[in-house]
Amino acid sequence: MATIKLREMQVNQTGVIVSVKGSGELGRRIREMGLVPGKQIKIQGRAPLYDPVSLRIMGFTLTLRNNEADNIQVEVN
Amino acid sequence: MSFAIALAGNPNSGKTTLFNTLTGARQHVGNYPGVTVEKKQGTCTSDAGVFNVVDLPGTYSLTAYSLEEVVARDYLVNESPSIIVNIVDASNLERNLYLSVQFMEMGVPVCVALNMMDVAQKRGIRIDIEKLSQLLNVPVVPTVARSGEGKKELLETIAATIVSNTDKEVAPLKISYGMDIDGALDEMEAIILSDSFLTQNYPARWTALKYLENDQQIIDMGKSANAHVAQTLSKIVNKVTRHLEATLDTHPEGMIADQRYGFINSLLKQNVVTYAYDRNRLEQSDKIDKIVTNRFVGPVIMVAILMGLYHFTFTYGAIPMEWLEAFFGWLGSVADGVLPDGYLKSLVISGIIDGVGGVMGFVPLIMFMFLGISFLEDSGYLARMAFMLDRVFRIFGLHGSSVMAFIVSGGIAGGCAVPGVMATRTLKSPNERLATLLTVPFMNCGAKLPVFALLVAAFFSEYKALVMLGITLISWVGALLVARLLRSTLIRGEATPFVMELPPYRLPTLKGLMIHTWERTSAYVKKAGTVILGISILLWAMMTFPELGSHQKDLFESKRAAFTEEMTASAVEDIMTQDSDVLSPKALALKQALVQIDQEEAQAGLKNSVAGRLGVALEGITRYAGFDWRTNIALVGGFAAKEVVVSTLGTAYSLGEVDPEETGSLSDRLRTAKGWGPLTAFSLIIFTIFYAPCFVTVVCIAKEAGSWKWAAFSVIFNTTLAFGLSVAVYQVGSLIMS
Repeated sequence: MATIKLREMQVNQTGVIVSVKGSGELGRRIREMGLVPGKQIKIQGRAPLYDPVSLRIMGFTLTLRNNEADNIQVEVN
Repeated sequence: MSFAIALAGNPNSGKTTLFNTLTGARQHVGNYPGVTVEKKQGTCTSDAGVFNVVDLPGTYSLTAYSLEEVVARDYLVNESPSIIVNIVDASNLERNLYLSVQFMEMGVPVCVALNMMDVAQKRGIRIDIEKLSQLLNVPVVPTVARSGEGKKELLETIAATIVSNTDKEVAPLKISYGMDIDGALDEMEAIILSDSFLTQNYPARWTALKYLENDQQIIDMGKSANAHVAQTLSKIVNKVTRHLEATLDTHPEGMIADQRYGFINSLLKQNVVTYAYDRNRLEQSDKIDKIVTNRFVGPVIMVAILMGLYHFTFTYGAIPMEWLEAFFGWLGSVADGVLPDGYLKSLVISGIIDGVGGVMGFVPLIMFMFLGISFLEDSGYLARMAFMLDRVFRIFGLHGSSVMAFIVSGGIAGGCAVPGVMATRTLKSPNERLATLLTVPFMNCGAKLPVFALLVAAFFSEYKALVMLGITLISWVGALLVARLLRSTLIRGEATPFVMELPPYRLPTLKGLMIHTWERTSAYVKKAGTVILGISILLWAMMTFPELGSHQKDLFESKRAAFTEEMTASAVEDIMTQDSDVLSPKALALKQALVQIDQEEAQAGLKNSVAGRLGVALEGITRYAGFDWRTNIALVGGFAAKEVVVSTLGTAYSLGEVDPEETGSLSDRLRTAKGWGPLTAFSLIIFTIFYAPCFVTVVCIAKEAGSWKWAAFSVIFNTTLAFGLSVAVYQVGSLIMS
């Protein structure tokens, strides 16, 4: 078990969100889409230029940029 | 009896499909008062009476960050509809309920339409509807909006809920947000209630919650309502914030969101929903994405899809286009036969029929293009384009979501900058938004298409699709470079978040596509029918008056007389009306000479008119770009609406035309006209892409940017840029060709 930034996760890797930083608009947008502590995520893929990243959460697909993913700490196996 | 019903829900939850299912064709599109967020309304009848249905903008939350959310919130508060029909995607229950819970916290009457039951079933998601309804304490009706399943039950439930809610306040939902926040909420609620602070419009606890969420709209409202109470509340918020930061390394806003999801999670865990498979297993849609957004294959597919759209539009759209052209041609010849020679005839043929016909002829093209765009939009592919392109857009200081505004404006040729400029509303950052709305008019809107189609047909007919693709690429590159320029000079600032859902691929419904296409096409037709007709007539007048002086007229008359003095009038008439191939060489020569004189006279007349004088005056500068005075007149007209460029060229050249038997298409005329060639055409294409947006767009820019300064900027800057580029193209091209 290790805690890493979401940006560092590999495609197809799964993990559980530990903490979400960020306030204001970015924090709100991240959280309203369900990126809150306790949720399981799975990296689905990356855009052709490796950024943004797409992931599965609560059964749907979400995308965000790498620098936004830096706000999210994930516990991975 | 009639009741106001509001449809609300997440984007991609099938809200619009349900709206279409409920209201059918009985709908109209307008704007919310004061803002330019689209407001769709319609009616449907049920046993209980008439429902006036309003389709609220699709949102994920009810904060004050986006205009859509504020509009939805204000509507619920100010219009107090009889009920909110909250469309919830059953296959995506947890996230969708995040919005539902917020409606319930507002204390507004809610009825849940649990949509996409078929998709949920396919994914092995089972929902205990009765239990969900019981736990949420609102009615829940399963529906499949695409097939209309559950529509009857939904209408019945809405009616029953309205009846049972009469004379009864709906108690707002109370969620526990943890000890610290709950304590603050209680304290604030008491203060709010005792001072009747904003309580006319909002439940007390909700106002307190919004203060904790740092909601700017409510905070501002509070300040002007009662500054003293507002200050007390802010103090409490500050205290909790400091406490949470110190103890839990979080802040109230984050805590509230976490707990809200916690509430939903604990609710669903009570055997409300069970999953047959791993929730994050790859669905069909994700498997498609593996290929479609693949690093190497993805971009290739994207270009192929864009090319396919062109072929679809130009191959199939061209067929009805020819019918319409033929129809207006026929109408012109009928008018020519019926009306006596004079101003009226000239007005009807050159002003009305040529002008409107030239524009209406492109309606099929626009229809086919919108059909294709709607398909891409509804299928979910446009979101993938934003995903793939974001990294690129960011380089230019824009946002992946800017792609929507660019596409609507004509990024895939055939949109309209007016809705495009309006589509920038979904962009949250004022900087990216301003940069986007100033550059989207460079896209190839449906009104520029006729201009390109005309020039391409006349000079590049062998490479139609290739040249049209090239035009699109040029406008994109230009728009992006200008955006970068603006973002590093006049509009500097930080980038905004790209947190976006990739909706599952769905086969669009035929009905949805038809309604979508009809909406956009009819908007174009209305514009063509009214504004364009008026402008056509105005331009006709500008091109007809003032007339040549009698001295000049006599001059042409005497020239004619020199050829025909020995002949009777009827003999001349015979020669002029007979086909050229049955005439004797001598008669043919005479006829050609007379036609020549007529053309010279018409041309002299046009040159002498108001428009001609303006065009001639500008010719001194525009000749560096290869434009003569006729093109200048057309381009000036294009400021009113870009399609006017075509109708003006049509009018200008048919005024110069004498023999009604030789009315080939305008393309044919341009191909044979003096001063025209591929280089002139290309220079004009470049100018058309970049010069001042039409005045409707300019008005929209002023509105959206909140200042006429930016509107004026777009007119002056764009025209200067366009002229510079055209001159470069023409001069360099001339050098290479010589």
